[in-house]
Amino acid sequence: MAVVQSPDSYIQEGKWEGNLEQLKGLVSERAFTGETMLLNMGPHHPSTHGVLRVLLELDGERIVTAVPDIGYLHTGIEKSIEAKTYEKGVTLTDRMDYLSPLSNNMAFCMAVEKLADIDVPERAQLIRVMVLELQRIASHLVWLGTHAIDLGAMSVLLYCFREREKVLDMLEMLSGQRMMGSYIRPGGVWRDITPDFKPALRKFLDEFPRSINDYQALLEKNPLWIDRTQGVGVIEPEVALAWSMTGPSLRGSGVNWDIRKAEPYSGYETFDFNVPLGEHGDVYDRFMCRILELWESVKILDQGYKRLSDKGPFRTDNRKYVPPPRSELGRSMEAVIHHFKLWTEGFSVPDEEVYVSVESPRGEIGCYLHGTGGTKPRRVHFKTPSLIHVSALPIMSQGHFIADLVAIIGSVDIVLGDCDR
Amino acid sequence: MGVTSKLGNLGVVTTTLDTAVNWARTGAMWPLLFGLACCAIEYMSTQASNYDMSRFGMELNRATPRQADLLIVSGRVTRKMAPVVRQLYDQMASPKWVISMGDCASCGGVYNNYAVVQGVDEIIPVDVYVAGCPPRPEQLLHGILTLHQKVQSETISQWA
Amino acid sequence: MQIPPALDPAEAVQVAMPDSLLEVKLFRGETTLIIKPDDIAKVAQYLRDTPGLVYNFLSDISAVDYYPDYNRPERFGVAYHIYSMLYNRRLRLKVFVPEEAPEVPTVTSVWPGANWLEREIFDMMGINFSGHPDMRRLLMPQDWDGHPHRRDYPLGYEQVQFSFNVEDILKHKPLAKE
Repeated sequence: MAVVQSPDSYIQEGKWEGNLEQLKGLVSERAFTGETMLLNMGPHHPSTHGVLRVLLELDGERIVTAVPDIGYLHTGIEKSIEAKTYEKGVTLTDRMDYLSPLSNNMAFCMAVEKLADIDVPERAQLIRVMVLELQRIASHLVWLGTHAIDLGAMSVLLYCFREREKVLDMLEMLSGQRMMGSYIRPGGVWRDITPDFKPALRKFLDEFPRSINDYQALLEKNPLWIDRTQGVGVIEPEVALAWSMTGPSLRGSGVNWDIRKAEPYSGYETFDFNVPLGEHGDVYDRFMCRILELWESVKILDQGYKRLSDKGPFRTDNRKYVPPPRSELGRSMEAVIHHFKLWTEGFSVPDEEVYVSVESPRGEIGCYLHGTGGTKPRRVHFKTPSLIHVSALPIMSQGHFIADLVAIIGSVDIVLGDCDR
Repeated sequence: MGVTSKLGNLGVVTTTLDTAVNWARTGAMWPLLFGLACCAIEYMSTQASNYDMSRFGMELNRATPRQADLLIVSGRVTRKMAPVVRQLYDQMASPKWVISMGDCASCGGVYNNYAVVQGVDEIIPVDVYVAGCPPRPEQLLHGILTLHQKVQSETISQWA
Repeated sequence: MQIPPALDPAEAVQVAMPDSLLEVKLFRGETTLIIKPDDIAKVAQYLRDTPGLVYNFLSDISAVDYYPDYNRPERFGVAYHIYSMLYNRRLRLKVFVPEEAPEVPTVTSVWPGANWLEREIFDMMGINFSGHPDMRRLLMPQDWDGHPHRRDYPLGYEQVQFSFNVEDILKHKPLAKE
């Protein structure tokens, strides 16, 4: 069992053995005598939701310690954004948490807007909220499908992906791309809503509640599901707070903290929705939290649909930060100059730091942005919820079986692109 | 040809060995359940019921490389993950094919930096490259059909 | 249950630990306390445990590299973003760390969630956290050289392929036949 692998030595010699010295502080004493077994739940595994490696110390089938090892998807996004201007950096943020790209865009754009003091028109805020809630639905559907299939319920996967296609169609109408749309830009959104968006949204909102009822009917009171998920992976609220868990994984333990309610952004305070809470902090409660969040997202989208007008401002008019539309370029010299400056150099932000946080489907995405006074950032750091949740896995999985670890990883909804960036 | 015209409708088919073996290979080419990043989500969408991949023979994804024929590298390969991909490719039994799905697996994609391998063809030989970030399910299906065409044009001398 | 009234964090730290607090900054509605590096764990403990402050949630730890134009005290800065659930307010603690001896005491005793965040900063910036239970690299392979997020670490890209460097580039791709 190799812990350290350097690429060249592996390819040439096919070495498999490592030594246990590197694990001295990480696994318990019994591993060194051979009383417990060390098993590698490797980066390629059907149930780890990505390339996560967990080194398990097993006593029979019970987990004594679990040591997660990440970094298999580390792409240096933060350093790449430092080499790009702010408008170009938005496209790289899409690819961190690839199940909800628009939440990452939102975190970065909010940080840029706070730092450079850019205003966002009200209609753009409304479009942003609606698109974020659509993204939340899409992300929770993938979570539900993959979590269910890990525990054996295969038809739920196919149903969820069928519904997700409708959401992706709507996102494609708006941004042109199913997944990595980069639709949310500093100052507003990229372009106005198209005429076919609102009818499609209405049709979706009329049909989707029946699908959520289907999922609840299949799983909520299913004795097999309850057996596998209740009492598994319990984490107490104080421990969860101490380990900085956020989002539905924290609310499943009963801590009532949702950034959309506590520190509302982009007009969330004008919407009327509830925040579902769990009680026991086990896998079942986190599951129920997310299912109920699907209902709340439908509520928000319904309210937004009634308020959304077909035409209006979708991005700020501040030409120092937002390029002018092509129609203006023929008529105004200032527009041409702004266009030129923005597309060659980009806009400048002050040499200060800000931190914003956004409630993504996984938890709190925090964006720490430090400008230079020039057009490229000095440092962008994203605090992503999946990193924190993977670090809390050893606590949640102690004493459980390996099959329970699969349920716990699924319930905590980690995405390795989010974790490793 | 000759036999059926003389003996009539006996339920007998004559063909060449090449065609028969290639038909069997493309008919049920089971991929390895290997998803790295965002392209894996589009791969799962392609496998799901809307753009069903089972109609092209890819009914199941095998979890172990020993039983898989096709490795679809879907997503960015980082320097830490590169030996793992190589090990998986080595563990697959011949005949095996590789589809490099998405821009990151084909050429490094959006990421031109220290952490990402600039194209998985630095490590393993690739048969079909599918472009897109992430490629639409229709694009991936076109890539799979291109691979099927490539396999059907192989001859005895090229078999593994 | 009576909730004690909220105290101003800058004043409270100024009164309790006057030599730890170097400066207070206000920008876009965010308060930043600049703390001396060796005292960060004490200040963090004070901020978490004092009634009236109760900053019990650690949001983020980030590190900045100010190379090469240093109009800051030192080369590295480490920013701790904390949040008080009871009073619903945020605070940033900033620490400036010199290049020659990048050492900061760990805050894992105050907020255990800092464990992996500090490991990532060690991996990416090379700042040591003394007293950390498990100081290993987190994201890069264990035998990697260098700290990627430092400003003098190259981005390390592949060059655009022209006819003069096409052989150099193809040397790295021996298996790309077609």
